[in-house]
Amino acid sequence: MNYETYQILWFGLWGLLWAVYFMLDGFDLGAGTLYPFLGKNDKDKRMIINTLGPVWDGNEVWLVTAGGATFAAFPTTYALMFSYLYTPLLIILFALIFRGVAFEFRGKNESKSWKAGWDVAIFLGSFTPALLFGVAFGNIFAGLPIDAEGYHGNLFSLLNGYGIITGLLFVILFITHAALWISIKTTGDLSERAKNLSKKLWNFELVIAVIFLIYTYFATNLYNNYVGQPLWFIVPVITVVALLLIRVYINKSFVFAFFASCITILGVIFTGVIGLFPNLIPSSLDTAYSMTIYNTSSSHYTLKIMTVVVLLFVPIVLLYQIWNYTVFRKPVTEEDLYDPESEAY
Amino acid sequence: MDVLLLARLQFAMTAMFHFIFVPLTLGLSVLVAIMETMYLKTGKEEYLKMTKFWGKLFVINFALGVVTGITLEFQFGMNWAEYSIYMGDIFGAPLAIEATVAFFLESTFLGMWIFGWKKVSKKVHLFAIWMVALGTNMSALWILIANAWMQYPVGYVINEELGRAEMVDFGAVVFSSYAWIKFCHQLLAGYTVAVFFIMGISAYHLLKKQHIELFKKSFKIAVIFALIVTIAEFFVGDWHAYEVSKVQPTKLAAMESLWETSEGAPIYMVSLPDEKNEKNYFEILPIPKLLSLLAYHNPNAEVKGLKAFDKSERPPVLLTFLSFRIMVILSFIFILLAILGYYYLKKDTLVNKTWFLKLLIYFIPVPYIANHLGWIVAEVGRQPWIVYGLLKTSDGISINVAKSQVIMSFTGFLIFYGLLGIIDIYLLIKYARKGPVEAV
Repeated sequence: MNYETYQILWFGLWGLLWAVYFMLDGFDLGAGTLYPFLGKNDKDKRMIINTLGPVWDGNEVWLVTAGGATFAAFPTTYALMFSYLYTPLLIILFALIFRGVAFEFRGKNESKSWKAGWDVAIFLGSFTPALLFGVAFGNIFAGLPIDAEGYHGNLFSLLNGYGIITGLLFVILFITHAALWISIKTTGDLSERAKNLSKKLWNFELVIAVIFLIYTYFATNLYNNYVGQPLWFIVPVITVVALLLIRVYINKSFVFAFFASCITILGVIFTGVIGLFPNLIPSSLDTAYSMTIYNTSSSHYTLKIMTVVVLLFVPIVLLYQIWNYTVFRKPVTEEDLYDPESEAY
Repeated sequence: MDVLLLARLQFAMTAMFHFIFVPLTLGLSVLVAIMETMYLKTGKEEYLKMTKFWGKLFVINFALGVVTGITLEFQFGMNWAEYSIYMGDIFGAPLAIEATVAFFLESTFLGMWIFGWKKVSKKVHLFAIWMVALGTNMSALWILIANAWMQYPVGYVINEELGRAEMVDFGAVVFSSYAWIKFCHQLLAGYTVAVFFIMGISAYHLLKKQHIELFKKSFKIAVIFALIVTIAEFFVGDWHAYEVSKVQPTKLAAMESLWETSEGAPIYMVSLPDEKNEKNYFEILPIPKLLSLLAYHNPNAEVKGLKAFDKSERPPVLLTFLSFRIMVILSFIFILLAILGYYYLKKDTLVNKTWFLKLLIYFIPVPYIANHLGWIVAEVGRQPWIVYGLLKTSDGISINVAKSQVIMSFTGFLIFYGLLGIIDIYLLIKYARKGPVEAV
């Protein structure tokens, strides 16, 4: 394969890694956001975090891998993206640190204030990344103010209308996703409440998705690629269909509704990524300064090596992660929580 | 303070904080896996209790190791963008491979291990902890391949047009001798932390005369391991210094504070560098020709002194020198204590040696210090280069980043990490003191 084919392939993989990260950690972040609202008492709260227990860490590695793959395949984009989006990424980082530690440490002490403190960490550590990842991606879709002198934005310039709408879209995608997850993975009253909540949230999800799609037309150039190659419209169409299917399945099969939600999240990311091509981060000032797969990629040789690594190992990773999900496919029970020998959160 | 110094301090601080948790993870994962293996082989409940007790401490420690590791990945881009652009073609690959082959393995199977006691068969459960151990140890390999490349760049060409280094030989990068020596050196150092951790906590309970059987067994596993790893580290350390002398002569000269190039160079048991005047304040008790012998395996070999290099190319001497010295002295003490522990255990007088048990408790932090000193030698000793001979640290920093951003993030890290560190140590002590949960 020639150099350009590899660059395009890695553009696809770059999008895929982010999409899978949001699909998986999406319900972790969403569950952490819903946590204070659905978790009426300590038992409910423990139920919620124990549904995430065996999987959240493996989900978060998709973020590390998405970051690492960006570094390996598009080092210049990696370097500039992280130095330009310094403050939001720093806040995301702190949030994720506290979220992870909170899951692990909350149950390690019985005092009320100890638990209350970690409860705050779980909520903020989940809601903040959900919102800020959306804001960051919204701004990437729209382009960052980059020219010969570098980057001209800051945290506040990122909080523009389109950035905020994308942020809200991410939040609503994740919390609907999580409401479905919690209702599948718990039983009784908590599951019932999650189910009812998911129906309400879905209405907001639909409204925000529609606003996002319209706003995208005005705020970004994402649709140009679709007009040039109308075949690609299939991706946003599938996404919208999946979004509608969530509502259809909510009354029939929660598992199907959850899978529809997975497809919706993958679809949203890919809808954006296809529109970006061949940019990784477009410049909103002058397209000459856009970071593209052509002007920021690694060498032909490195891309080849990384392709072999990814094709070899990612399927293995998927196999054992799916295995892990099947081991813990059943809802969390009270016995899981209160068994003195269990290591539950 | 300028941005460069702030960014360097920040990297040092976040990397060192991360490295409080990593060495224990490396060793304890393997030791817990061994304990669980023994449980399955013998069927004795004692080993199950042991596995759970040490496993709990492992998990508390692991949590912080994971989350603080992400900081480093972020920081390459945030503060060191020019470095990342220049080196990303080579440096990014092992980082991405580390995530793909190691991080997924350890985190997925750790989830299965913690929550799977009653959900999977005993064999699958054992398999899970071995996968965690394999994952953590493999992650060390890949990150050290990346770091070794910064110490000793191989398998690359410089692309003048794009202004960056490009990989041309992946095999040379992966099988770099420097990487594998470093890997051995670090694994043994990590295991040393873990064995002294186990011996120290076991000593606490033995002193209190509680759960004696369990902690004697734990101690036994640890002390046997301690003998092997501390003595092996003696040879690997020597091998590492030999490699450094070949590829990083300025680092070697700083490690020994050797100013003048000389043949048959001695090692002074006691000396102290005076950087300003390019000499040592004093040099006492020389062992003739030892430095030439260690560095080149030839007693008469010429060793380059610091004065052979331009001032702008020398690392900070005092810090490199002292860190190296103290690390080496500590490594001898580790061997001594391992032998002593083994001896007392064999003679079955361990429980009566109150002074020794007390010493071991207070000794828990010392191997951690040795690990950090080793990394100070590695990283400070590489200065002024971020990639030895290719890129200066001062040329690696992000252009676009404002001082205020670095100050803000640095302050954030100091506060949050301080808080997390205190909480983590509190929990480790709490659960270490509590002892094993009685099986129902």
